[in-house]
Amino acid sequence: MDLFLQLTLAGLAIGSIYACVALAVVMIYQATDHFNFAQGEMAMFSTFVAWALFQATGSIWLAFVLAVAASFIAGIIIERVIVKPVESAPVFNQIIVFIGLLMIFNNLAGWFWEHTTKTLPSLFPEDLGFETTLISPHNLGVIVFTLALLLVVFLFFKFTKVGLAMKAAAANPDSARLVGVSVGWMLALGWGLASAIGAVGGVLVAPIVFLEPNMMSGVLLYGFAGALFGGVNSPGGAVAGGLIVGVLENWARQYVPGGSELGLTFALVLIVGVLMFKPAGLFGRVVVKRV
Amino acid sequence: MIRPNALTSKLVLSFGALVVLGCIVPLVVEDYDSYQITVAFSYGIAILGLNILTGYNGQFSIGHSAFFAIGAYTAAIMISHFGWHPYATLPFVAIAAFMVGFLFGFPALRLEGLYLALATFALAVATPQILKVDALEEWTGGVQGLFFDKPDAFLGFSIDQSLYYVTWIVFVVLMALTWALLHSRSGRAIMAIRDNPIAASTMGINTALYKTTTFGISAMFAGLGGAFFAFANAFVSPDTFNFFIAVYLLVGSVVGGIVSIPGALLGGLFYVFGQEYAEEVSNLSELIPPPWVTFGIFLILMMYFAPFGIWGLIERGMARLKRASSS
Amino acid sequence: MPLLKVKGLKAYYRQTEALHGVDFELDEGSITTILGANGAGKTTTLRAISRMVRTEGSITFQGEEITGLASEKIPRLGIAHVPEGRGTFVRQSVEENLELGAYTRKSKSDVADDVERVYAYFPRLKERMKQQAGTLSGGEQQMLAIGRALMLRPKLMLLDEPSFGLAPLITQEIYDIMARISKDEGASMLLVEQNANIALNLADHAYLLETGNVVMSGEASILRDDETVRRTYLGY
Repeated sequence: MDLFLQLTLAGLAIGSIYACVALAVVMIYQATDHFNFAQGEMAMFSTFVAWALFQATGSIWLAFVLAVAASFIAGIIIERVIVKPVESAPVFNQIIVFIGLLMIFNNLAGWFWEHTTKTLPSLFPEDLGFETTLISPHNLGVIVFTLALLLVVFLFFKFTKVGLAMKAAAANPDSARLVGVSVGWMLALGWGLASAIGAVGGVLVAPIVFLEPNMMSGVLLYGFAGALFGGVNSPGGAVAGGLIVGVLENWARQYVPGGSELGLTFALVLIVGVLMFKPAGLFGRVVVKRV
Repeated sequence: MIRPNALTSKLVLSFGALVVLGCIVPLVVEDYDSYQITVAFSYGIAILGLNILTGYNGQFSIGHSAFFAIGAYTAAIMISHFGWHPYATLPFVAIAAFMVGFLFGFPALRLEGLYLALATFALAVATPQILKVDALEEWTGGVQGLFFDKPDAFLGFSIDQSLYYVTWIVFVVLMALTWALLHSRSGRAIMAIRDNPIAASTMGINTALYKTTTFGISAMFAGLGGAFFAFANAFVSPDTFNFFIAVYLLVGSVVGGIVSIPGALLGGLFYVFGQEYAEEVSNLSELIPPPWVTFGIFLILMMYFAPFGIWGLIERGMARLKRASSS
Repeated sequence: MPLLKVKGLKAYYRQTEALHGVDFELDEGSITTILGANGAGKTTTLRAISRMVRTEGSITFQGEEITGLASEKIPRLGIAHVPEGRGTFVRQSVEENLELGAYTRKSKSDVADDVERVYAYFPRLKERMKQQAGTLSGGEQQMLAIGRALMLRPKLMLLDEPSFGLAPLITQEIYDIMARISKDEGASMLLVEQNANIALNLADHAYLLETGNVVMSGEASILRDDETVRRTYLGY
């Protein structure tokens, strides 16, 4: 029973990170109708930036905050400068631009910081004030922190004027312009937030999987799987999806023979399965396109 | 560009000249260069498949590395475990890759643009892991992969030259077949599906059949490319066929010209030689970023200014010359 | 000085010229209607003013040229556009739609007052305050669209076919409320309509558009009472 609990809690922890990535994916998707394939590499790059800042300042929290802030700004700039020129171009062209970004960030990280693995300390203290074998201090911190983050994001969208404007700009850009919303800047803001959230995910996952340029590709896939599973039109659903994928992955690793090697395959099957049978995901709503 | 060029004597002569040129090349360059160009051809064949699927049929794939891998591994397994002659494996490679592609085409029917891209992305990321699975290790050689001999030399040519010729012949035959396909009624159906799927089906085209078959054909090409890639390198391993191969194929396709046949050749050559050149340039100085950063930037700029690739620019240039000379 | 003055306005969709040099003006406090058949360019005219299509020519509002502005700046000038098809934010609630209408406003208490004023004009909206806007009927969505425009405290309202797809009774109800709004709020209105009869009953002035050109203009009452005009141009 203990093992099961441990696995489930560890699954929730890694699932929280998938939920962050899933949320970033959904935010950009809702705002712009794009899947940002470069999300993982951007998050990885942010994590390296955090590492570099940690080397420079000695404070992991300071490095974290600065890296997240920098990612936010970078996300805005990338949207306005790189994505905007293709915003009315065919989907294929947009996908290629994201792939280009993916390659740039992946190789830039390798160039700046080489391909050796780095360690990034946990944001959370080793000493919890109580003893438990059920869950590591870092994982507990991950779960709590992610929940707090998601709560803040939820409140932002539900109760602030800007949050409402962002949703409106995504849902109906023409009408949004007619009420004075700068749709372009709302898109940029969406990218900024998504990049910041991705950076959070990266810093949280680095102590678990170790920091190197290919760190995030698997995580991104799980994030996508979680987002689709939960419902790509529903931020709450995407988060739930991420958590569920994390837990399922951990269970499969232990209880399914050969499960430990097939995590990514499982994610693939999940993605294809969801897309085929329930494209709206568990909690999403299908958007019907008129002919 | 959107449609393949018509059959004119100019087309036939140009193509003939290209074939002849390709045959002369290995006689005047080093063996190592022949090897490199063979690799470029193997990519080119796979890229041609990608062009058919995405450029002419409108289905996205950012996971073609999976089919490339299937071709490579099918050939490798037949050579290593069953002692088949490399070239004899090709029909089986074609069939195996076609079938996997065709089957993948079914779920792909329900997926539009971005979602299909996502599914193929997942496929590509998962491929190395699938290849490393313990249960299949006996066949796949696990993490180490499989080693085997390059195909024998013939007719007094060196090993690399011989492989070059076979790859080149297959490539040009496939280019010609692709041209023939696109000019047939089926080809028009394939392109109609790209341009307006709903209208296509109301015109009585069986879009489902065409789309899955096109996926199969595309995968078949990628598989054949993978097989030649395996022959040229004389080994396969799981981590070779990761997601980045899918990106390289995509880059080659886009740079060459995704809605074109010659673009595939350009793309393959670009992949091998562009990369080599870029590596040399980046080695010149600490300040110059690694090739793929430059390629990423280049890719993005191409989308802004030349979305139809190099071949697209060439065709635009030729059209302008034609207009200028006729007026 | 007229509130809105349009001179030599050409509008383009890609390479196609949809308006071929349109002239008209609108005085403060008046209701002007632009009539014409489908494809005449009526919606394009409103979209030109809201800077949602490429144009040539001059559009001045309160004496200032506005053709250089981006569309999201136009509401800040006090121009509220009730678009073709209502443009409802379907996933947001009625209340949130009205809040969005007030996006450019600063004073929270003023906004709250205005929400109440909108509910006073449209009691049905108050009943459905928290309801998702997409679930409202056509008539209710039209009311919501007008209410959203009112939240701007507009000097000029642009209305694109408010009668579209609505039954005669509800159309009349909405038009009566529009008449009240015009009187009480002091908002000038530029009204585009296919239903010439009901538009001419409300408006002071009228312009007639035919394939991108103004072919006739005058006092609404005169056009309405002129049988030849009615038969030739307005189809009744």
